[in-house]
Amino acid sequence: MTAAIEVTGLRKSFGRTCALDGLDLAVASGEVHGFLGPNGSGKTTTIRVLLGLIRADAGTARLLGGDPWREATTLHRRLAYVPGDVTLWPNLSGGEVIDLLGRLRGGLDDKRRAVLLERFELDPAKKSRAYSKGNRQKVALIAALASGADLLILDEPTSGLDPLMEAAFRDSVEEERRNGRTVLLSSHILSEVEALCDRVTIIRAGRTVDTGDLASLRHLTRTAIDAELARPPSGLAGLAGVHDLDVVGTRVRCQVDAAALDEVLRRLSEAGVRTLVCQPPTLEQVFLQHYVDASGGPAAGEAGPPSAVTG
Amino acid sequence: MTAVAVRPRPFPNGTTQLAGTRTLIRLAARRDRVILLVWLYALTAVVASTAYSLRGLYPTASERVAVAAGIGGNPSVLALYGPVFSPSPGGLVAWRIGVVAAVGAALMSIFTVIRHTRADEEAGRLELVGATVVGRQAALAAGLAVASGACLVLGLLIAAASVALGLPATGSLALGAAVALAGLLFGAVAAISAQLAGTARGARGIAAGLLGLAYLIRAVGDSTSGLSWLTWASPLGWTEKLRPFAGQRWWVAGFSVAVAAGCTVGAGLLASRRDLGAGLLPARPGPPRAARSLRSPLGLAWRLQRGSLLGWMIGFAVTGAAAGSAAKGIGALVTSPQLRQELARLGGQAGLVNAYFVAILGLLGVTAAGYAVSAALRPRTEETGQRAELVLAGPVGRLRWAAGHLVIAALGTVALLAVAGLFAGLAYGQRTGDLGGQVQRLLGAALVQVPAVWLVAALAVALFGLVPRLAVAASWSILGVIAFLVLVGPVIKLSHWVLDASPFTHVPKLPGGSFTVSPLLWLVGLALALAVAGLAGLRRRDLG
Repeated sequence: MTAAIEVTGLRKSFGRTCALDGLDLAVASGEVHGFLGPNGSGKTTTIRVLLGLIRADAGTARLLGGDPWREATTLHRRLAYVPGDVTLWPNLSGGEVIDLLGRLRGGLDDKRRAVLLERFELDPAKKSRAYSKGNRQKVALIAALASGADLLILDEPTSGLDPLMEAAFRDSVEEERRNGRTVLLSSHILSEVEALCDRVTIIRAGRTVDTGDLASLRHLTRTAIDAELARPPSGLAGLAGVHDLDVVGTRVRCQVDAAALDEVLRRLSEAGVRTLVCQPPTLEQVFLQHYVDASGGPAAGEAGPPSAVTG
Repeated sequence: MTAVAVRPRPFPNGTTQLAGTRTLIRLAARRDRVILLVWLYALTAVVASTAYSLRGLYPTASERVAVAAGIGGNPSVLALYGPVFSPSPGGLVAWRIGVVAAVGAALMSIFTVIRHTRADEEAGRLELVGATVVGRQAALAAGLAVASGACLVLGLLIAAASVALGLPATGSLALGAAVALAGLLFGAVAAISAQLAGTARGARGIAAGLLGLAYLIRAVGDSTSGLSWLTWASPLGWTEKLRPFAGQRWWVAGFSVAVAAGCTVGAGLLASRRDLGAGLLPARPGPPRAARSLRSPLGLAWRLQRGSLLGWMIGFAVTGAAAGSAAKGIGALVTSPQLRQELARLGGQAGLVNAYFVAILGLLGVTAAGYAVSAALRPRTEETGQRAELVLAGPVGRLRWAAGHLVIAALGTVALLAVAGLFAGLAYGQRTGDLGGQVQRLLGAALVQVPAVWLVAALAVALFGLVPRLAVAASWSILGVIAFLVLVGPVIKLSHWVLDASPFTHVPKLPGGSFTVSPLLWLVGLALALAVAGLAGLRRRDLG
């Protein structure tokens, strides 16, 4: 497995503000990689370094086996980019922009262009100034998806799209994955990342705080348990890995570390389980844990929608 | 459960439609504090420097009477500036600069009103503001108020400057009023165009087009016997008909005020009838596929810049033709015996015409530099507008991307000056019966300006590459200084050391002067060096 993107110890400051502070990022060829972080954490700066638009102060960055600054022009033949905030030339129509960007890359697949226009329901004859944010984003997305590039760099590509178009976007990324393309997806929409990405990298304040596949990240977080028992439980209070324990009569609510799950379930069944709601950690919780930890607040937070067994 | 009754807060400003206007006026004034000061300074300076130089050109009454007679017999000059109503010093100032300053005030007003109405609406800023306690008409009212306030200040500044230069107070006030009223009126016209067009560009186009039409109608009325009533049909005709320094007819101001008021009310009615963001004129769709030519950075640069280049070329063609056709009668305007003697030494009538063309083509050179700077700074606009990265994320090198725009800037400059020289030659040649000779002579005289214009544009490129954050402000400031040196420098007799700082000082004085190639080569060489330095900087720096 060769790496499509390999970034180590990347640093970049703008004047006094430090945007990147030793960031690491590794994206393998053929994977869809989620790139998560709060606003201002350095996602866009990293992408701009990868595109050769700005030069890093320190650290190394390799893109498709080349140097993103010195070999920008040749590397760009093999990648396509969708900026987070798409601005277009107001007096060009969407169709003109798609054609232009495709031709700059050496031509585009007309059939694919037509399919994507239909899938995203974009009117290519409108002048760009008349497009909404979502429609401008569609223009850039269609241009990128029709390019047939090996690597797609997408910076919050769905922030202006409606749910229907988001679904169209997911289908398109799935298609790209099947065709062996690599995708770097920077996003805030965790359900999207959860649905699409093989692996994710979470950054904060210009530094990588976590990276790995979703299963391994989930492993680090707590499962929420809400159980109705036949008898009051015993021995839960002192157990390592049990947090926020709340016992009212026969009702038990708590947060449990993955390592302690087995033991907790054993003690619950000893007391006779009437109902059990068990919520696996969502990416949101992984995400929140990393962010809130910094400000000293509680980790794995309030429960998401229940998605587990009742028994 | 407790129910909280939320009562709408009463609007602070009484009528709901105009709520928040005062805050918006403050916001607009804050945003415009630099640009409006520049407008006010430039327009006042133009009037003051004209008054100053006319005082020196025609110091005696007999000279002024003669020059007034000369103007009356020259239809081209009448078309450009209008008639002289009084051969007094003030009368000549009002003739020479009244309509020109009125056009300037009208443009200031149009841009100001559109900036705070349709442009804000198009950019979505008005939506943000409109969701707060702000009335439907507040933005329009604020835009108009700021523009009108600027016009009022301009009128007072012009009056004060004229009085300071020794002109009669009543006439000075009338001149200021005539200019301010034109601004007021076209500000209200812009308020209507902002309701009609869906885009700021379109709205500016409609209002500026009407301004051009008003100028044309006045020009025909002033220069064609039998059609003089047409002057009364044009708001810019009213600027003359107010007759500053020639027995002021204050009642003419009533027309401007009435039309401005009518347009303001009309704009308010239109604004209350339409949706936010919508224009009353339908938007035209664009092509669904790109033309074959739109396939490279140069193709994109051409597509983005061709419209403005075409507009500039039309302006240069019209100016060239007007200058060419006015040149033949120019001798009648020189009345001072001293000046005539000087001219005879230079070659008599022919020398005078040549000197006139040198002056006009010099002005066109500086104007072309304005075009060239804006075209050369286009990559910077693309960079800050985040459109550059869309192109640069493709397999397009930075040099190739910037070069696309720079080629257009360089060749556009040549095209502008060639068109001006060509039309001046055609018009002058047609009136003197020497078409071939004059076209060749004036075309050449216009094209010698090219190296100086290139140098100014190259300076902008160097700034763009090396100090991008300062590039826009610094480039325009440098051009402003150069324009000052060209326009005002000789009048206030600046030292040669200072004047030499302008590249235009080194351009051979054609037609008539001797042609030497070495200064042109120097200018081109320096321009190339600056452009290379700028592009080298662009390759190394961060973008965005």
